[in-house]
Amino acid sequence: MISLRIDDTPVQAKPNWTILTAARAAGIRIPTLCHLDALRPVGACRLCLVEIRNWNGRLVPACATPVQEGLDVVADSDRLASLRRTILELLFAERNHICAFCVSNGHCELQDLATELGMDHVTFPYRFPALAVDASHAKFGIDPNRCVLCGRCVRACSEVEGAFTWGFAGRGVHTLIEADLGEPWGQSTTCTGCGKCVQACPTGALFEKGKATAEQVKRPALLAEVTERRPRA
Amino acid sequence: MPKIRLASVWLSGCSGCHMSFLDLDERLIELASKADLVHSPIVDSKEYPEDVDVVLVEGAVGNTEQRHLLEEIRGKTKILVAFGDCAVTGNVPSLRNPLLREEVLRAVYGEGDIPGLEEGDVPALLPQALPLHSVVRVDRFLPGCPPSADRIWRFIEALLAGKRPELTGADLRFG
Repeated sequence: MISLRIDDTPVQAKPNWTILTAARAAGIRIPTLCHLDALRPVGACRLCLVEIRNWNGRLVPACATPVQEGLDVVADSDRLASLRRTILELLFAERNHICAFCVSNGHCELQDLATELGMDHVTFPYRFPALAVDASHAKFGIDPNRCVLCGRCVRACSEVEGAFTWGFAGRGVHTLIEADLGEPWGQSTTCTGCGKCVQACPTGALFEKGKATAEQVKRPALLAEVTERRPRA
Repeated sequence: MPKIRLASVWLSGCSGCHMSFLDLDERLIELASKADLVHSPIVDSKEYPEDVDVVLVEGAVGNTEQRHLLEEIRGKTKILVAFGDCAVTGNVPSLRNPLLREEVLRAVYGEGDIPGLEEGDVPALLPQALPLHSVVRVDRFLPGCPPSADRIWRFIEALLAGKRPELTGADLRFG
């Protein structure tokens, strides 16, 4: 076992754990968005940033940083609260997140984080990008206006389903999630229609057709349920 | 203690926030004993008065008249509250923002004379419907679509008690 401190609490961790795993085992809450159990950590959203006191206050993503003996981790501070709120505001300003009429209203991890982190308004100017919805798939739709580019769909599709349908296209704020080589999702020759990407998506960006405002409840825990039932080599 | 001079204004919004305000029900009687509603869509006053203590502004800023009124309100009011999601984020009125203003108006009114395209009897539509704080300084934010009557009351109660209202937890939820 490895011994470290998180918010001045002594914590025991297994050598292959991340700081996030150790914090959760100790009942210490660290906000996350791109992280999902069963998927490879990528540290994409930076909401789980923590400070390492004995690394001169260096910031690292808790989801992607392995535990080390003697680490002195700060998971909750004014500095972190300010950084996390800035990250969240940038996510809201980047796309067109309009909670009131979203299918995921009331069941959205982005909306929940705004509430948890005390975001009462967005201080950055909104970009209001023009992004088209793809509703070509028989069962599901993708609305890039609500996408935070966490990549949970991409990882669910490649790591759990093994279909490799989803990928990133473009750079920076112009990045889009695309099926295959950019054709409409409904014409994808690799998509199995399993819907794991929809269940993994933290917002209303991926949704089941026929769901109206606030009706889309997701099952992100499904991914870990599927992988835990698999026989191991 | 003198009564608080309270006002409310309705810009680009659906009036749902004002309906929710009316859902204060019997609490309106208590409010009336502590505050005078000096200007509102639900009282008969044409001009925005001087020396308002608190104003609840519903809706985004969608046209030139609303922008002018909001600037006037800012100058005449101590505490300006962004009241509901449209005022805080742009919300539903901002759905048109990725589209060109002219295209939106033509899609709605067709060919010929289009009200709102140029400044005239109908004020010109702004290129984008904007949250209040992108136009003037906003003192407090009261999110929700609409904010529930209970949420509005917790906010107003703090104001009436002379405190700075601090909404936390579920009271900050958008949508």
